[in-house]
Amino acid sequence: MDAFLHQVLAGLATGGIYASLALALVMIYQATHLVNFAQGEMAMFATYFAWSLINAGVPYWPAFLLTVIFAFVLGVLIERVIIRPVENSPVLAVVVVFIALLVILNSVTGWIFTYTIKSFPSPFPAEPVFGKYMSAHEGGAIGVTLVVLLLLYAFFRFTPLGLALRAAAQNPESARLVGIRVGWMLALGWGLAAAIGGVAGMMVAPIVYLDPNMMGGVLLYAFAAALVGGIDNPAGAVFGGFLVGVLENVLGAFVIGNELKLAVALVLIIGVLVVKPSGFFGKVFVTRV
Amino acid sequence: MKLVPIAALLAVALASPAAVAQKKYDPGANDKEIRIGNTNPYSGPASSYGTIGKGIGAYFKMVNEKGGINGRKVVWISYDDSYSPPKTVEMVRKLVEQDQVLLLFQTLGTPGNTAIHKYMNSKKVPQSFVATGATKWNDPRNFPWTMGFQPNYQTEGRIYAQHILQNNPKAKIGILYQNDDYGKDYLKGFKDGLGDKTSMIVKEVSYEVSDPTVDSQIVQLQASGADTFFNITIPKFAAQAIRKAYDTGWKPTHYLNNVSASVGSVLTPAGLEKSVGLISTNYLKDPTDPQWKSDPAMMEWEAFMKKYYPEGSMTDPFNVYAYAVAHTLHQVLKQSGDNLTRANVMKQAASLKGFRPETLLPGIRINTDAGDFAPIESEQLVRFNGVTFQRFGPIIGK
Amino acid sequence: MSRRQLIPVAVLLLAACALPLLVSDYRVFQFNLVLVYAIALLGLNILTGYNGQISLGHGAFYAIGAYCAAILMDKYGVPYWATLPVAGAVCLLVGFLFGLPALRLEGLYLALATFALGVSLPSLLKYHHIEKWTGGVQGIVINKPEPPFGLPINADQWLYYFTLAVAVLMFVLAWNLLRGRIGRALVAIRDQHIAAEAMGINTAMVKSLAFGVSAMYTGVAGALGAIAIQYVAPDSFNIFVSIVFLVGIVIGGLASISGAIYGALFIQFVPNIADEISKAAPWAIFGIFLLGFVYLMPMGVAGAVRMALARLQRKAQNR
Repeated sequence: MDAFLHQVLAGLATGGIYASLALALVMIYQATHLVNFAQGEMAMFATYFAWSLINAGVPYWPAFLLTVIFAFVLGVLIERVIIRPVENSPVLAVVVVFIALLVILNSVTGWIFTYTIKSFPSPFPAEPVFGKYMSAHEGGAIGVTLVVLLLLYAFFRFTPLGLALRAAAQNPESARLVGIRVGWMLALGWGLAAAIGGVAGMMVAPIVYLDPNMMGGVLLYAFAAALVGGIDNPAGAVFGGFLVGVLENVLGAFVIGNELKLAVALVLIIGVLVVKPSGFFGKVFVTRV
Repeated sequence: MKLVPIAALLAVALASPAAVAQKKYDPGANDKEIRIGNTNPYSGPASSYGTIGKGIGAYFKMVNEKGGINGRKVVWISYDDSYSPPKTVEMVRKLVEQDQVLLLFQTLGTPGNTAIHKYMNSKKVPQSFVATGATKWNDPRNFPWTMGFQPNYQTEGRIYAQHILQNNPKAKIGILYQNDDYGKDYLKGFKDGLGDKTSMIVKEVSYEVSDPTVDSQIVQLQASGADTFFNITIPKFAAQAIRKAYDTGWKPTHYLNNVSASVGSVLTPAGLEKSVGLISTNYLKDPTDPQWKSDPAMMEWEAFMKKYYPEGSMTDPFNVYAYAVAHTLHQVLKQSGDNLTRANVMKQAASLKGFRPETLLPGIRINTDAGDFAPIESEQLVRFNGVTFQRFGPIIGK
Repeated sequence: MSRRQLIPVAVLLLAACALPLLVSDYRVFQFNLVLVYAIALLGLNILTGYNGQISLGHGAFYAIGAYCAAILMDKYGVPYWATLPVAGAVCLLVGFLFGLPALRLEGLYLALATFALGVSLPSLLKYHHIEKWTGGVQGIVINKPEPPFGLPINADQWLYYFTLAVAVLMFVLAWNLLRGRIGRALVAIRDQHIAAEAMGINTAMVKSLAFGVSAMYTGVAGALGAIAIQYVAPDSFNIFVSIVFLVGIVIGGLASISGAIYGALFIQFVPNIADEISKAAPWAIFGIFLLGFVYLMPMGVAGAVRMALARLQRKAQNR
């Protein structure tokens, strides 16, 4: 029983990692109706920016803030410069642009910072606070993810800007008609998603160590988490992240062994999606002919 | 007048075929240069090894600036194969058939080297000092053109198994291994070393390089009640494993594979105080180990890094490895003199007697002969005391 | 096909046949891979380009085909040419079976499902219970086929001609399929799903068959690829293969047969060109190439060629 509890808690800790990136994916989907495959690499790149600042002597929280701003600006720039030219191209062409972004960021980061792993500091105390089951950082990271979730939820639900953002993504023509600057809404969405990604990266790096391939393995889980929770629902994405983390750990430890836990976890998730195509908490869309 | 016939005779004698015939070349070598080919994972999941290819390139840049090898400049041609065997095959064919290299050196990774093994031997091009610890490269009878370099993984696994049998015969062993050829090779050696006592292993868990963390695996191992831990992981996951084990309060006797036995790249990120007591083996000097601070060979290495490979990490033992292995090829090519045929290069590579790049640990030598294509076969057990890897026990192996 | 369309195809075919006699063995090997990728991309295009079902996991079918060939050749001594129909049949079945539950998934969700397939296949191949057949992490080494009947060409050239013949056959089959009723049904389902259903097309059957046929093509390509490389290992077939295939069909041109060839040339040669331009960050250069191609030719190379030809035709007509 103790072992089971331990695995569940470890799963929540890793799930927190997936959840934080899943939030960024949901954000970008809300703003553009596209899933950005380069989200993980953008998060990783922002984290390297933070590492450079901290390495140069900047204290943690100012570096954190500067990184969030940097990530936001980076997201906006990417949207305006790289994504804008393909705004009206077929969806798959945009996907290829995402892939291009992914390889460029990964390759450039490796070139500038090399591929040797680096440690990244944590703002939380080093002593385990939750007993031996979860380190203070892991707990803190989950806390940060929940705070971001609340902020996102409030933003979309209670602010006019959030509403404008969603409108611009859902129905660009009508949004333009009511005076929404759709182009800048898209850029804003990208900026916010990148900023969330930056926070995710800084929470993840102390656990998995910083290297250019840090987010590669996380992306699939985050993608699955976002979909299983409902791609348009931030709370669902966080729930999905925890679910995927716990499921993977429990399957690996007690059911199927570590070799196949990825395959089985994914089969289960896809099974959920086959039965409930909008995920657990997503909205069901009805298409009219 | 009589001088002319004598001078003419002298001139003829000096230019005689006997004198010129001493220079023998195969494709890739001539009076001016020696072309050396290589593939390394500069991108993809194994990209942390790519620093080895860069380090070797920097070494030969230094050699060229100092006049080259026997007056010939080294042309170092290294391609990225992203650790993907089809790419390795393609790039190696390019190196051999298009770039016309004299030999291949330090091609990295067991799968890639497996994919080109037959090709290299059928083309009779040296596949020299391959960068993998797999055991199958020491087979001169069937594959006379392929040679390994580092102590192989199975031998190392056996060393740990024997240490456990001698010091803790009632141990309950838990193993974490990477689910690929490297991890499985260590596992096999370890199990072979335990002989009929493999029941001492109470839990064996694997992980993939694409996994974000191995925390779940550590929790599983702790739950199994193991009091001894054989940790077969690459640096990123080794650091995670060491830290997680400590944080969950699990204090096993911890054996760490040599690939990750680095104070700078692994123990420091994990936490030096969390790594006390770690046992591993070493054959190279660790660049962050304070005991080598004034060691002349390591100081020479540091100067080399600063001048020729400044973007390389000074704490990464892969960069010391690159220096040592490049030095070894340097020696082989020097020994080959003007006879730069592929056959002679292999012959010289198989004639190293007690050769020591000084970045090797004291007492460890490189020995090869016609039946022994494993250059380094000795290792030293080391234990981390919080500051440095302290050597203990005898040098094991040949 | 009209005579005007036939001439460039005939010229291309002639050039393809002459190629091995004019270039080095290494280049023949590379062009052999181009043909292999062209077949794989054609398969993916049938599903994603013509039928609109996105697949981020076609590398899995490529792997299954490759392993079929390797296991049959290594463990059962089956001659190389006989492995192709088996690889094709196995992948047809697997693809169809995958396509059935996938019917319930659209767009993003299908992308995730196929992505999951692509990501988990290496670990499935490494699974220790089937290690006896798959060779586990060590992989399987196979031998290169020798030219038959003592023909005066070498092994590389023979394999190229063999692959060329298979490619021509498969391209002709696809061309026939796509310009007929089924092809129109595929496109109808892609563009107007509900209308297609209302018109009486059995969308479920067509979509699942599309998956099957698409997988079959990529599986045959995988088998040919394994024979050319002479080695299969689980980590050769990671998710990057699937992603590169997708990139190939978009760059080459969606819903286009010639697009498969352009795409194959791109994914084979552009990474090498990128490596020559920059040793430090070759994939960044590759990414820049991708961006360039997508910005300049959003409909792929085939689309750009089509537009250029149309413009030329109009100019000729206006004379």
